[in-house]
This record gives sequence, structure tokens and C-alpha cells, in this order.
Amino acid sequence: MADAAFARPGAGTPTETWFHRHRRAIAPWLFLAPGVLFFLFYVIFPIFQSFEISLYKWDGLGEARYVGVENYQKLFKDRAFETSLWNNLKWLVLYLLAVPAGLFIAIFLNQTVTGIRLYKSLFFFPFVISQVVVGLVFTWFYDPTFGLLNTILGWLGTGPLNVLGDPTLVTYGIIVAGLWPQTAYCMILYLTGLNAVDPEQVEAGRLDGARGWRMLWHVVLPQLRPATFIAFVVTIIGALRSFDLISIMTDGGPFGSSRVLSFYMFEKALSEYGFRMGYGAAIAVVLFLIMLGFIAYFLWSMQREEREG
Amino acid sequence: MRSMFQAAALATATFLTLPASAGLSGELKIFLDTSNPAPRATMEAMIARFGALHPDLNIETTIIDREAYKTQIRNFLTADAPDVATWYAANRMRPYVSAGLFEDVSDLWREPEIAENLASTKGAMTIDGKQWGVPYSYYQWGVYYREDIFNELGLEEPATWEEEKANCAKIVASGRACYTIGTKYLWTAGGWFDYLNLRTNGYDFHMALTQGEVEWTDERVRAVFAKWRELIDMGGFIANHQTYSWQEALPFIVNGEATAYLMGNFSVAPMREAGLTDDKLDFYQFVEITPGVAKAEDAPTDTFHIPANAKNKEAAREFLRYVVSAENQTIINNGENLGQLPINAQSAIDDDEFLRQGFEMLSRNSPGGVAQFFDRDAPAEMAKAAMEGFQEFMVFPDNLDDILERLESARQDIY
Amino acid sequence: MFPAPVHRTSPQWQLAYRTLLPLSVFMWLLPLIAVAVFSTRPAEDFTSGNYWGLPSSFEAVANYGRVFFDSDMPRYLLNSVLITVPTVVGAVALSCMTGFALGVYRFRANLWIFFMFVAGNFVPFQILMVPVRDLTLDLGLYNTRTGLVLFHIAFQTGFCTLFMRNFIRALPFALIESARVEGVSEFRIFRFVVLPLMKPAIAALAILIFTFIWNDYFWAVVLTQGSASQPVTAGITSFNAQYRAAYHLMSAGSIVAALPPVAMFFLMQRHFIAGLTLGAVK
Repeated sequence: MADAAFARPGAGTPTETWFHRHRRAIAPWLFLAPGVLFFLFYVIFPIFQSFEISLYKWDGLGEARYVGVENYQKLFKDRAFETSLWNNLKWLVLYLLAVPAGLFIAIFLNQTVTGIRLYKSLFFFPFVISQVVVGLVFTWFYDPTFGLLNTILGWLGTGPLNVLGDPTLVTYGIIVAGLWPQTAYCMILYLTGLNAVDPEQVEAGRLDGARGWRMLWHVVLPQLRPATFIAFVVTIIGALRSFDLISIMTDGGPFGSSRVLSFYMFEKALSEYGFRMGYGAAIAVVLFLIMLGFIAYFLWSMQREEREG
Repeated sequence: MRSMFQAAALATATFLTLPASAGLSGELKIFLDTSNPAPRATMEAMIARFGALHPDLNIETTIIDREAYKTQIRNFLTADAPDVATWYAANRMRPYVSAGLFEDVSDLWREPEIAENLASTKGAMTIDGKQWGVPYSYYQWGVYYREDIFNELGLEEPATWEEEKANCAKIVASGRACYTIGTKYLWTAGGWFDYLNLRTNGYDFHMALTQGEVEWTDERVRAVFAKWRELIDMGGFIANHQTYSWQEALPFIVNGEATAYLMGNFSVAPMREAGLTDDKLDFYQFVEITPGVAKAEDAPTDTFHIPANAKNKEAAREFLRYVVSAENQTIINNGENLGQLPINAQSAIDDDEFLRQGFEMLSRNSPGGVAQFFDRDAPAEMAKAAMEGFQEFMVFPDNLDDILERLESARQDIY
Repeated sequence: MFPAPVHRTSPQWQLAYRTLLPLSVFMWLLPLIAVAVFSTRPAEDFTSGNYWGLPSSFEAVANYGRVFFDSDMPRYLLNSVLITVPTVVGAVALSCMTGFALGVYRFRANLWIFFMFVAGNFVPFQILMVPVRDLTLDLGLYNTRTGLVLFHIAFQTGFCTLFMRNFIRALPFALIESARVEGVSEFRIFRFVVLPLMKPAIAALAILIFTFIWNDYFWAVVLTQGSASQPVTAGITSFNAQYRAAYHLMSAGSIVAALPPVAMFFLMQRHFIAGLTLGAVK
């Protein structure tokens, strides 16, 4: 690395001494340069470019034509967009069930009986599997002819249920598939958090007569706040990013009823019938603005923590 | 050894079909959407034969899932074009022709070998007076049915709409569905709409509708859906079709839970493989609906194109010549391979029950004309919206008014 | 400890707990177990509708054999390795440096740059899709593994920097101070003082990024196509198209596609969980 050579003491030329004198101010920038440049070009600039593209009508190939906010005006008349937006909302709300579900399983597993480590690993490992495979696994699970779900429902004397073929059920069905790995993720966060819960406070709570729910609510949960924060962050991001499962399980169907913004954007921008790059970018901008609200909140709370710590 | 092999290969190939076979070199990148096992093997074998004729040519073949291919084609034509790519004829190729992404191959069509023998498909390959690719196969659509179950129930091949419904009523009474179908990828529902429309309103109406000249709320369109609804209401179609691909719908006819499949002839290969021998499976032309409307058929043509951004266009042209040559057409379309119809007039049609019936039907019994297919005659964006509507209609027939209004407003946007 | 340890409770509940454990794991993994069972069934079971009865024969070897010898799966798997490994190396290397810079030095833009990485890490992919695709095209890297790797490195640098910076913040700063007093150059401090201490973080991050990248599907479909460059997550859809309705083969293919990160997880479980849960406790 250049800076090792430059930093040799006693070298004579003026640049080197200047460098030597300021090396503590310059060094961080040298360390940052490759990472920051990469990140700027591949992540930060594209965000602004997408904003710009959303004001054009562009097929990704020929001339882009400036159309102002026309793409956005079209969005508000587009029923597929409306469906996607509603579905995104369902995702946001229901996906958060992964947080309490993860907490529940973590409490269930936070014991020291023999073999518990293996059980924890087995509960966790849906998270390690790719969403594509999770999607396939659940597609077959829901299959109306041979799916396990309907086989079980059959034993119970109800069903059959075609979850992925029913426009009112399909989004919930996909969310359940998504909850499977996400709950595992939240569980592992809480397991780690529970490990660090102060035993003295728990004992003190017990002496005060707190048990069960009250203990959880008043003594344990406050100590789990960092885990809860991260669980919320990753779950919200996950909910707004949902793409793989929809693409694999239903391809947006039946008749477009399981689309979400991220999927619809992809469909519009890279579809067979002409790249609606501008329109797709406009959808992405809407999605980004929704996310921006959360990002701002995350950064705000992180900053507060930085100040405290 | 190699030169001997080459000489032998040259001798077996007809001399005329290979005017410039010597001296091809470099890379030839071929993209195929023939992802099902039988077509995949056929294409790989065909490319191997072509490669044997041109040992200096380095051929790289990429096979992409047929459904995924449809969303990827524009991507690779613009970004990383192969030298040859499969696609579909008629309006389905128009976006790429208009965007300048397909190479004009009119020169090939002026060569006597092609001009004379491929004349019947020239129209489907022509836009703005030029030809933009070559066909490699076409196939009939129609009703494939379980002959053995028909016999068991004492049914005959129907010829009219009333007979079709009478048959279906008996089939339903026997605890089966009349038709299997998998509409997850939508286009299968397009086949049903096409036939009901072609038989109710005729070929010219089909073309007018797909060209955007007729309103979707038109009474004649409603008449088509009314016919369709008769079958839906009597429980003619299998349940849950919206979750299946066309392949996933096959077990229903194979297991006898459904007795018929309105499909293209490419479905015969997997049905045979699943154990439906020729005495269990048969074919009939879609029945007459409005008396006096000349029967027209769907016979989609599958095609090869040279992307405008291809790098080795000389080798690509040679490959196209090879693909359409009479001998190759005979081989790739026979019952053991694609199981479809050759587009070269000099080719032999395989002595296969279904290919014979299909060829017969298309050449003698289709006076109204030959359509490509709903999603090949209509612009892709309209096709997608419409077929989504067809799928919805098949599940919720009561939503028809809403669907038609939506399609009408889409029509006004798109054309 | 919360909840109360089981061994302090009634014997009935202890017994109930011990039976509940395997039962609940079984329920939890049921959809996956079903697929694993499917992958060992013969084709006839599916045509004859014997989905959940006893398999008529055990065909795991034949089914998995076809996945490996009768499809493009090995090629897709190789692509996945060739995409994942360089990404892990690149992203970890870059973020060691950025994390060091942001964790050790105090300068005015520090927090802003840190927040840039954090915020960028949270954005929905779709906002990047069109421009990144264009950029990759312009670089002539469309449909190459390199194009995919470069983007992954860049994007993962966001998360990795967050991770590394927080890790370095927790290191004893006195070590660095004393090295500076002795006149050791900044680079040598990074290389010989800080980097050795970062080994656990590097291990944890490497295994995490491995899993994330291996499981990526979206960018694989946006930036690549075909078996020449696509990873196995995208390849599995092609595989399934080839064997549509052949559930025994599709199941086997899915298991093969899912296995490498699962194996990695079980091999390096401690690091994996340490990485994932960094920040979950104060």
C-alpha cells in the first residue's frame, strides 16, 4: 500500500513531509477510497439516476423522451399498481408477525437440556436456504392435488384449499412462506438477546412476584430492546424487498393478484413487450420513498445511540 | 478420418441446400427456448449435425426456460446478442423488428431453395415487405382426447357445439372433468379464447380484434365469453387450473381425471411418454359453433432469427439455411423429435397419427384461414392483459363486465 | 435466566418439554421434509398418485444422479461458487479498510459516510435495477460473472462496513494509541495491529456474505442469463422447466441448490450466529 512507503520517516521531498505531517488526516481517506467509490457508483448514484429516469419515457435502448410526471400520473390510474401497493401493505404488517413468533420460539428454546443446540440449529436453518427454494417448497406444500397442506386438511375433514390460486388468499399464502425463514432469523436474534439478559434482574423480578407475562413484559423485554430493534429493521426491509417468493410461487398471479411493487417494477421494466424503463423507475421511486421513511427512522435512532454510547 | 466423415456428411446432405458450407469459422452463439426434454434433445442433435458439417465453427448453445425466455429476449437482444435466437412469427416478432433488433434476412428468402419451398409461411415472416427470420416448425392445435374413455362412455368425436356440450355433460356425469388446462402462464387460456372466437366470429374478426380494431365490450366478444361460460358452468374444466403450468395439467388427462386437452401438437410427446399409447389418445378438430363461419385454425409457427447485433452473421445465415433444408425439416419434425409439421414443402411428413391428421386439417379443412395464436397475433402487452382477463374469467365468470372494461381501456392505451 | 430452567419445574412439564421439542422441530421443518422425501421417490409414484404413501422404491441415487449428470446443474453450481467466493473476498477486504477508517479515525465526515453505507444497505434493490443494469452494459460486463461480482461487492460493502466498523469500535483503542506513540505507520497499524484482532469478525462476515450471495436471485436474473453465467438459484428455474411436473427430480434439484449454504452454516455455526446477531445485545 502506498502509504506504508510514504510514511517512512526522514524521507526528504516536500510532498512526503506534507503527507507525513497530515497522514492521520489522509489515511482514513485512503482506506475509504476503494469502498466508497464502489459504493457511490453502484448504489448511491443509481438512486438518483432512477429518480431521473422516472421522468422519461425510455425503452432502455433508443432516445429517452422527457415526459415530466406523466409516469406518476399513470401510476395513479393503474389498477395493477394499486393492487401492488395494497399487497405491499399486507406484507409490511403481516411480515412483522415474525418478530413475536421469533420471540416465542426463542423463549421456548432457551433451555439447557441435552441436544438443545441441535434443536436451535434445526429451527434456524430455514433462514439459510435460498428464498427460491423456500418458494418451491411452499408451492408444493400448497399444491391443490398432492400438497401436504390439503392432505392434512383432508384428514381433518376440511379443504381442499387452493391457496396460490385464490386471489384473496394468495398473498397471505406467500407471506406465510416468507415468515418461515424470517421467524427463524428473529428467533436467533432473541436467543442471543436472552442469553445476555441480566439474571439478577430476573431473580429480583421473581422476588417481586413477577411471573410469566408480567416478567416478560416488565423485566425481560426492556433488556431485549436492541434485539427487537434489529428484528424490526431486518423484517421491514425484508417485507419491502419481497420478490423471489412471488416470482417463484405465482409469477404475480392469479391474474396479477399477488404482485407487489418490487415485482411489478421488474415486470414493467424488463418485460417482453418493451422496456418501460421510465415507468418501472417511477414504481421503484415510490417503493424507495416508502422505504425512506423507515431508513430515516433507523438512522435517527442509530444516531441517538451513537451519541449516548 | 475427419475429412472422410465430412465428405460422407456432405454427400448425405443434399448438395443444393448447402451452397456455402466450406470455410465457416469463429464462434456461433445460439439461444434456444426449447427447454422441454424432447425439443431440447432434437435441437441439440440438429446443432451437432450442423457442427459436423462445419468443424471449424465453434458453436455455443444456450437453452433457456421457455417462459423465462419471453422476459429475457429483449434483454439479450439489446445487451449481449447471440448469433441465432428462437422466437415466434407474426406480430409477436414485431416489437423487435420495429426496434431494429432483428436482422433483415430477405436475401435468404430470395434464394430459390427457400423462395420455392417455404412460400406458405412467407407471410408470417414478413413485416413491412421484408422477412425477418425463418420458420423451423409449425403445429396444429386441436382437441386431444382419451379415446378409451370416450369408448367406455359411448361417445363419438363431436362436430357441433351441441354435440360437444352433450359429450361434456356425460363426461361430467361420469365424475370426470371434460378438459384439463393449466393457466398459470396464461397463454393456454388464449387457445380456448381463440377457438371459441374463430368458430363464433371467424378469422377476420380474430384478426380485427387482435389488431385492436374492435372494442372489447363489443357484443360479438361477449358472445364468445357466453359460449365459454356454458362449459365453465357445467364444470367442464378441471379445478385449480390457475396454479398449473400446461405440463402440470398433463397428469389429469393421463390419469383419466379429465378426458380432453385443447393444445398444440407438442403435447403429444409428453403424453406418449406418460403412457398414453395411440389407442388411448386421439385428436379432433375444434367443433363448429356458428354454422356458416368458415373454419379457421391456430397453427403457430416457431422461428429462428438473427439478432441485428449478432457477431457472426455469415455463419448464422448458413445455420438458418440448414434449419429450413428439406432433409433437416423431415428429421426434426418427425414424431420422435418435435412431433410437429415441417415448413419445407419438399419435406416428408412423418407417418404419425397426429401429424397426419394435423396436416390434413390444415391443408384441407381450414378454409377460413390460419391464425398464429392469440399472443402472436395481438401485441404482447395487449395479449398479456387479455390473457390475464381470460384466466380471471375462467375462475370468476361473474367478473366479465369488469374484465371487458379493463381490456377496453387497455386497448385504447396500447394501439 | 428467562424463562425458568426446565429442570427446576415439575417432572410432568419436564417430560412434556422433552417430547414437545422433537415434535415441534418436525412440524417446523415439515414442508422441507416433504420435499426431501419426494426427492427419493420414483417417477411412477407421481404418475400413479402415490404422493404420501410408502414409496414404491427408493430412488435417491437415480434422482440425484440425474441432477448431477443429466442437467446443467453442475455448471450452475460452479457459477455460484465463482460468483460467491470472489464477492466474499472482495467485500470483506474492502470493508476491513472502510471499517478501520470509520472505526479508528475521528474526522468530520465520519458519521455521514457511515450513514451513507447504512442507508444504502437498506434501499430496495429495485431503485438500483435500471441504472445498475445500464452501468453493467456500458462496462461490457452484462451476462458475465464479473459483472455480477462487482455489483455484489459494492452493495455488500454497505452491510460489511456497518459490521466491521462496530466491531472495531469495540476493540481496545489503547493498542492503536501505543503503536502510534512508537511511530508505527497507519498502514502497519491496520495490517499488524488491527487486522489480527479482526479475525473473528472476518470469519463471521465471510460466512454471512457467502449465504447472502449464494441465495441471491434478483440480481442473477437482472444481470445474467443462461447457464454460462447464472448461479444455481436462477438455474433451478431452468432445471424445473426442463423437468416440469417431474416432482422427484425438481425436489432433488432444489435440495442440491439449497445444500451448500446449509452445509456452510452447520460447519461454521458459531461464526454465523455471532455475525448475524452482532448488535442484538448491548
